[in-house]
Order: sequence, then structure tokens, then C-alpha cells
Amino acid sequence: MARRKFEAIGSTADIAFLLLCYFLMTTTMGEQSGLQRRLPPIPDTEQVKDQKVNRRNIIIVRINSADKLFAGSEAMDITLLKDKIKEFLTNPTNDPNLPEKEPLEVDGKTYIKSKGVISLQNDRGTSYQAYIAVQNELVKAVNELRDDFSRANFGKKFSRLSEEEQELVKQVIPQNISEAEPKDTGKK
Amino acid sequence: MSKFGNSNNKKEVPQASSNSLSDIVFMLLFFFMVTTQMRETEQKVKITMPVASEVAKLERKDLSANINIGSPTLQYQAKFGTDARIQLNDSFKSVNDIRDFIAAERDAMSEAERSLMTVNLRVDQDVRMGIVSDVKQELRRCSALKIMYAARKPAE
Repeated sequence: MARRKFEAIGSTADIAFLLLCYFLMTTTMGEQSGLQRRLPPIPDTEQVKDQKVNRRNIIIVRINSADKLFAGSEAMDITLLKDKIKEFLTNPTNDPNLPEKEPLEVDGKTYIKSKGVISLQNDRGTSYQAYIAVQNELVKAVNELRDDFSRANFGKKFSRLSEEEQELVKQVIPQNISEAEPKDTGKK
Repeated sequence: MSKFGNSNNKKEVPQASSNSLSDIVFMLLFFFMVTTQMRETEQKVKITMPVASEVAKLERKDLSANINIGSPTLQYQAKFGTDARIQLNDSFKSVNDIRDFIAAERDAMSEAERSLMTVNLRVDQDVRMGIVSDVKQELRRCSALKIMYAARKPAE
């Protein structure tokens, strides 16, 4: 009788092993992570020209087909891009060539919001690696500004704020990165 | 002194009970069932994701559609060459097929969740932007505007 019992349990282990192997084979570990973006919708042909943004509110970040980076009009190393973008978005000295600011009222409090927009352009020959590296620097600049803002106003890091507070910070410091229409240059 | 009192061969060790074995295996099984996800498709293009430190996790994996872009793996190179190709589901496709692919993915989702669909662009780091731009333009035309550039965190 005792021997019978052992045999029965032995087969359960086998079945469980088979199931285990099945799951090992058919499943993958690891979650997906990446940089999330929203593409601009295709504009209606009539109103294309209506939207004009003041020149000083735009910074053009361009990566050419040799993966060289240009911000504004000057060539730039990628390590300097973040500070350039932060300066552009904060405009600490109220430089007339840097973006305008506007007051934004949320929940009875007024905050200063920059009107700056980052326009990211690339060639067809730009490598994806360089493109993502630049995207990453842009996101990093915005994230650091959000962190600074959160510390100044709530005394905490952005990631530690409550959901409503995060929404507020996102309103004041939006991630205005526009991915321009591709230009057919540097074809390869 | 031993449990089997008066048996004369003292060297024999009592057989280890295998009762706990099934418990252990079951625990392993549950561990894998919880931590892993089903593998949807066979990878036909080689993808080494670019590194980005500011990545955010994709919250709802079931609401994402994957577009893989990269050069075909070794076994498909004879047929498809080494140039970057687009893989949708299980086969190599062209930019024009994206519209159907997105429509099919949308159909598979419930009405309420369609607007939350994220297109996950899994692109190899050596791919040129030309093909990625084409895909992005096509996605804009299908108004699948939420996208994610898949990237991995740098090793610390």
C-alpha cells in the first residue's frame, strides 16, 4: 500500500516537470521598455501653413547622415546637448533669442511655462543608434527640469510625487519634442 | 536505535521521501508561469536594441503591436539579403503592409482599448533612419500615433 502511494506522487512530479518545460519553451522573460512618443497627426492640407511658431521658440536639433549633431545652427557634441536644451527651455537670462515664457494658472497658482519647442530632424542615412541617443538626451533634459521644478515646489523628486502633482508638473513642463517630416536628403 | 528498529543491515539509509519533490517542481512552475509571458512570434530579424537611460516601462503589453526592423537572421539571409527588413507577425513585409497589420491589431482589441494601443518599434541599432521614417509616416497615415522606441537600459 505504501509503495503505491509513492508511485502516485512520482507521476505528479513528472507531470509538473512537463508543464514546467512547456512554459520554459513557450514564454519569454523580460518586459518591454523604451522611449514613448506621440506622433503628430497628418495635418489637413488647407491648414498646414496656418500654424506658425515664433522663430525664437524653436530649436532645431538635426542629425545628419554622418551622425553629426547640430543644435540651433552650431555643430555640437552630444554630451553638451542636454545643457543646451535645459538652457533653451528655462531661458534663465530672459534672452530675446530664447523662447518666450507665459504664465500658466493651475489650481489657483501661477507658474511660468516656456513656449519652447524642440524640433528633431534627421536624414534618411542617420543611424538609429544616434537617433535614439539624441532622443534620450532630450528626454533627460526634460526629466531633469521636471525634477528641479518638483524639488522647488514640492520638495520631492518628480517620481515621488502623487499622480495629480505629476500631471501638474507635466502641464508646466511639457515634453514638446516634435519629430519633423522627413526630408529626402542624404539618400542612401 | 534506528527507526527500523531490529533490521540487521544497519548501513542501509531509509529511502528519502519524494513527497516534497512535486511541491518544489510545482513552485518552480508557478514561478515561471507568473514571471514570463507567451512568446508571440519567431524572431526573423536580428535586433540589438539601442541603449537609452531614460526608458519607461510599457504598462500594457497586451495593448501593443510589435514592428520589428532589422537585418534578417543568418538562415533567412540567402533569401532576403542583409538589408534591413520589416517583420510583422511571422513574416517579412513591406511598408505598405503596415496599414493592414495595424487594422488587424486594432480589430483584435476591444472598442474601449483601441485608443490606448501603442506601436512598439523594435529596431536594430544599426538600421538607417530612412526605413524608420517611412514606417513612422505610414503609422501617421493610419493614425496609430502612440509609439514607443524600444530600448534597453544601460548596464550599471
